Amino acid sequence: MMKVMKVDAIRNGTVIDHIPAGRVQRVLAILKPRGTDVVMMGMNFSSKAMRKKDIIKIEGRELNQHEVNSIALIAPDAKVSIIRDFNVTQKFKVEVPEVIEGLVLCPNPKCITNAEPMLTRFALVEANGSKLSCQYCERVFSTDEMDHV
Amino acid sequence: MKNLISMRDLSADKILQLLALAESLEKDPTQLDLSRRVMAAVFYEASTRTRMSFESAMKRLGGEVIAMVGTSGTSVEKGETLADTTKVIARYSDIIVIRHPLEGAARYVSEQVSIPVVNAGDGANQHPTQSLLDLYTIQKAQGTLEGLKLALVGDLKYGRTVHSLAYALAQFNPEFFFVSPKSLSMPIHILNDLSRMGVKFKEKTKLNKIVDDIDIMYVTRIQRERFPDREEYEKVKNAYIITADLLKNAKDNLKVMHPLPRVNEITTDVDSTKYAYYFDQAENGIYMRQAILATLLGEVK
Ligand SMILES: [Zn+2]
Repeated sequence: MMKVMKVDAIRNGTVIDHIPAGRVQRVLAILKPRGTDVVMMGMNFSSKAMRKKDIIKIEGRELNQHEVNSIALIAPDAKVSIIRDFNVTQKFKVEVPEVIEGLVLCPNPKCITNAEPMLTRFALVEANGSKLSCQYCERVFSTDEMDHV
Repeated sequence: MKNLISMRDLSADKILQLLALAESLEKDPTQLDLSRRVMAAVFYEASTRTRMSFESAMKRLGGEVIAMVGTSGTSVEKGETLADTTKVIARYSDIIVIRHPLEGAARYVSEQVSIPVVNAGDGANQHPTQSLLDLYTIQKAQGTLEGLKLALVGDLKYGRTVHSLAYALAQFNPEFFFVSPKSLSMPIHILNDLSRMGVKFKEKTKLNKIVDDIDIMYVTRIQRERFPDREEYEKVKNAYIITADLLKNAKDNLKVMHPLPRVNEITTDVDSTKYAYYFDQAENGIYMRQAILATLLGEVK
């Protein structure tokens, strides 16, 4: 049993809360923090809404809505707070974008996106992002079976 | 309309416009002159019939054709990307007709070049000129696309042509019979889509009970390699052979279609009946492709 600890508050930066437990590393891989960013990761926090959750705090960097939306497929309920001088100055939820470009790979081995040096592009089939259709091979996949770029 | 990549991009109105233009070009091919326009046939895999049909369509309107057929001896073999290859060819021509084994290739090319692109088949995905020529053929045979009874026969599991046709006709209030061996039946996701669109269909394993009731019979080949074991293939292979005798009580207006080549699924004694329509279908491909080329080249007012 992992002990629950308080993660240090940050002075300036971004807090991403309500990441499904176990996905914090994948979220970070997508956000690609710069080498100088101070990043705190918390795993398996208790949460009323989703039993266990992960949390990320990035000191000194304010993510915008567009950057945050790129994690929507694996953390659709994530909530983002922008912190300035220890105060929350802005709060928003991630939104699944209508078109998802260059973020996930097409599982169809016969898809052109797996053969050419190009970005993938998917459209939402279900509004919550659980199903995507490849704009090239036109097949529909559930997000669970797709790997991130 | 800048490109023709997928039937999904076409509205019913656009389809009817293309059919009307094909009909008008069949009646009077001299109304358009594509001289000094160059079509590039870019075929990453051989499909001689499709390529010849496009070439004939272009040439009969006075246009010119250049071609890459297969990748052997080309810059592709040296490792050139699809984007680079087609960007160069786009500098040599006014329209690209591309055939490629990978799905989505034509869409990608259309995003890379500034001239119009026609998809002449991208793997198992789309072959919209085939779908359109099938629609044109059906309309010509029956005078309408509306409210027809159609049997799609043969390999319905892997047959791109019949999948595409089912979707294309869905907006014209059809009634389908899907006739195939159980192991080659229409994929469930397509049946679900059709149900959602309110399309009437029945699945059948036998043809004889419905033959006398239909307007169009669309036959496709059952390939041996689709069967895991030979015994199963031997069992079903003769169940879907169309003979003149099978058609003896068919409706007067019935037409039998087939994308060709046939092997033995339609016997030659059908050829001389009034029901045979597959060679007309092949010819119709010329008029349909002329309509497509002329529209994309901006030659139609
Ligand atoms: Zn794909």
